[in-house]
Amino acid sequence: MFEYADAAVEAAMAAGARYADARVMDGRHESMDARNGEIEGLAQAGSVGLGVRALIGSGWGFFATADLTTEAAQAAGTQAAAIARASASVPGKDLELTPVDVRQDHWESAVKEDPMTVPLATKGDLLVAATRTMREHGADVALASYDVWDTTKWLVSSEGHRIDQHIRECGAQMNATVNGERETQRRSYPGIRGQYGTRGWELVREMDLEGNAARIAEEARELLTAPECPSHAATDLIIGSEQMALQIHESVGHAVELDRILGWEAAFAGTSWLDLSQLGSLRFGSELMNVTADATLPGALGSFGYDDEGTPAHPVNIVKDGIWVGALSGRDSAALAGLSESGGAVRGDGYNRLPMVRMTNVGLLPGDSSLEKMIEATDDGIFMDTNRSWSIDDKRLNFQFGCEIGWEIRNGKRGRMIKNPTYTGIGPRFWGSLDMLGNESEWTFWGTPNCGKGQPGQVGHTGHPSVPCRFRGVRVGVRG
Amino acid sequence: MSDELLDTCERVLRLVGTDAEAEVTLTSGTESLTRFATSFIHQNVADAVQRVHLRVALSGRVAEATGNQTDDEALARLVRSTLDAAQLQPVDPGWPGLAPVADAPAVEHWDGATASAEPGERAARVGDFVAAAGDFESAGFCSTEGVTVAFANSAGQQLSGRSTTATMDGIARSGTSDGSARASSASLADLDGAAVGRDATRRARESADASDLEPGRYEVVLTPSCVVDVLGFLAIYGFNGRAVEEGRSFARIGEAQFDPAITLTDDVMHPLSVGLPFDAEGTPKRRLELVNAGVTSALVKDRRTARALGNGESTGNAVAGAGSWGALPANLVLAAGSVAPDDLVGAVERGLLVTDLWYTRILDPRTQVVTGLTRNGVWLIEDGRIVRPVTNMRFTQSYLKALAPGAVRGVGSDLTLVGDATFGVGAYVVPSLHLASWNFTGGAKG
Repeated sequence: MFEYADAAVEAAMAAGARYADARVMDGRHESMDARNGEIEGLAQAGSVGLGVRALIGSGWGFFATADLTTEAAQAAGTQAAAIARASASVPGKDLELTPVDVRQDHWESAVKEDPMTVPLATKGDLLVAATRTMREHGADVALASYDVWDTTKWLVSSEGHRIDQHIRECGAQMNATVNGERETQRRSYPGIRGQYGTRGWELVREMDLEGNAARIAEEARELLTAPECPSHAATDLIIGSEQMALQIHESVGHAVELDRILGWEAAFAGTSWLDLSQLGSLRFGSELMNVTADATLPGALGSFGYDDEGTPAHPVNIVKDGIWVGALSGRDSAALAGLSESGGAVRGDGYNRLPMVRMTNVGLLPGDSSLEKMIEATDDGIFMDTNRSWSIDDKRLNFQFGCEIGWEIRNGKRGRMIKNPTYTGIGPRFWGSLDMLGNESEWTFWGTPNCGKGQPGQVGHTGHPSVPCRFRGVRVGVRG
Repeated sequence: MSDELLDTCERVLRLVGTDAEAEVTLTSGTESLTRFATSFIHQNVADAVQRVHLRVALSGRVAEATGNQTDDEALARLVRSTLDAAQLQPVDPGWPGLAPVADAPAVEHWDGATASAEPGERAARVGDFVAAAGDFESAGFCSTEGVTVAFANSAGQQLSGRSTTATMDGIARSGTSDGSARASSASLADLDGAAVGRDATRRARESADASDLEPGRYEVVLTPSCVVDVLGFLAIYGFNGRAVEEGRSFARIGEAQFDPAITLTDDVMHPLSVGLPFDAEGTPKRRLELVNAGVTSALVKDRRTARALGNGESTGNAVAGAGSWGALPANLVLAAGSVAPDDLVGAVERGLLVTDLWYTRILDPRTQVVTGLTRNGVWLIEDGRIVRPVTNMRFTQSYLKALAPGAVRGVGSDLTLVGDATFGVGAYVVPSLHLASWNFTGGAKG
């Protein structure tokens, strides 16, 4: 496949580009859904093609084709250069690329059990059993599904990169929905988005979907008669690690994307409340807050060997002892921001999508407390778990999250179950109130397989290591 | 082009043979998007789209697959692997069978010049937008899309169609405020980058140096962009036949669930609509009245939900890849009123004019409680006059209650195509609305 990428890059350079790179990607995806004990859908998708990027002046051009012939690859390179020339008609500042070691390499993610070769019947039986059990335990609608991705890509650049990677990802999810007279409640497992990683089918087996099916169905039904989450202007809030993963994703991960900070996403995804002049000095949260973006974490969903610009995966400090110290970046955004190197965070979700700044594994480093200790240390508060809804402003500052389930905490003990729990806050104020952090044994690499960004839209796979946390003085119980 | 695609569909059906029910969809075209930010073009892409989708049922054992190669070998591989997968599946008791032979409505939203638009044509409109913004920083995109789709199934149904869409969408930024504007059409020639840029810049200028407003319930005037957001949630969680089947929907046919000013249809034949006249299962679309003068009158259904509900046929609202979500309308049209947008503002005693809603998420599907924020310009209205811009606010509001009987005070005459509907399915044609109450639960600063 390298030959097609070579042809595209050579054609782009011949057409006047000062830099060009091309990716051939061969991606396969398989998903299966079960509903109420029956398999409802099996979908298999494959796409293979080439995307080429050309830089002329400060203007980028990108063209993608599914036609994998030398002639089509050359035409794609020429077309990318023509598009770059059109971009240059509405030019920006001079654009450079941060230097990166030029590598010729191969990388692949580790799997114990290749999910594409596990028999369909085995995978289907798992979903059928889980949904049957949920129905037997009170679910009105029981859903379960799995997804498998198998991607091979070949990168060539005009600087001499020649890298191929084979990345396998999979995961699963299930949920139980119950209908009351006037409301609907739902419980999900392992989380609202399931759990996904750059691992084999062993990840799904470890989840034990069937072993958790009865519990979530019963909890969903119990929620129908549970009291509403009380409304408090300020209370102690303990958040489970799955919801924390989403909290990190939305209020830290997107906020530190350098393209947002530079204004490149201003009209769509939004900007960021962070100002580059404060990098290295701004207090983002309490001293307990340490966040890294680390694409080298084994098995996490945001892991890879090289990003789509050929920058090797490496850990990047994002927040250190509560101070903002780093950003998610690529070669052009890093150069424009005056950073010395790319953060290696540029990816495209297919051959036909422009690589852009995406989260890798943006996560919270563990502390020395635990969920149990947090509950014991709380006189009057609420524990919330499993994300249900999420909304945050275009600067990634003002958020409101809802969880599927909550419990009152009274005098150091978990009390009544509560329904429709919500909390709201402002990023740095909220993170500044972090005072207890779960330990390494509670550290979970949550995977988010559906992070939307970009125009045309792209779906990113990101990882979020997280632990349970306690925050002080949080507003809870916002109602419509 | 469509004949070629139909030939390929037939090739695939021949490869499947006669033992299986099968449906094939071929899509071909070009999707291009020129994106700008900080007043320069920073991303500029084009994709020569090619896609083949196959679904087979072997005695009720169902599998589907998608590929992007159409040579003989690739198609044979696709057919073989899909049949192999189906053989390993259990029987799907909900399999509804294939769409019967039926003609699609004779409507085509197509403009050849838009389908073949050059990068320079999009860049020129971006340049016009940037120039119109003057000293204000600008960001947004200009896109063109032209696709031809062919469908065939082994029950004899065979359809093809083509559609173009062009959109100019952007913001201008004053330093303390953003203002947005957008325009969509089947024809790029209809889009004036300078006019859209002037509109966005006016909004940015008029919303500069905004100040906070106490949260609470206010009357609102929602622009078409906001109205599309509201309708998107009603569609996916309410009018969707699957949501009704599962007991998650508010929709009750025959009940006056909305204000009498609300009449809502799904209508690909509307002159402002874009898109194809048939759905992902090859069922022709038709004008479907979902709400008639406030009374819920129909649901949207694909073949599976129609069968499960047991009371009718597919309404032509199957969406490719929607999976367990169910059916969705792609061409909602909210009937226009007779009030000019400025007069909607003029009728407000004390309320807010909202340009865009942002990051809206459902809290409870049954009651349609949604939270989100305002964006790109909000103004306080007192006694029918705009008195000042206010900072963005968070709201937590039941969309159903917002349109409930007695809640709609005015419907605008400004029927507008909004090119990108909520949840990414289709494009809606809607006017502005004046609503009696909207629950703002917090300011931008918490």
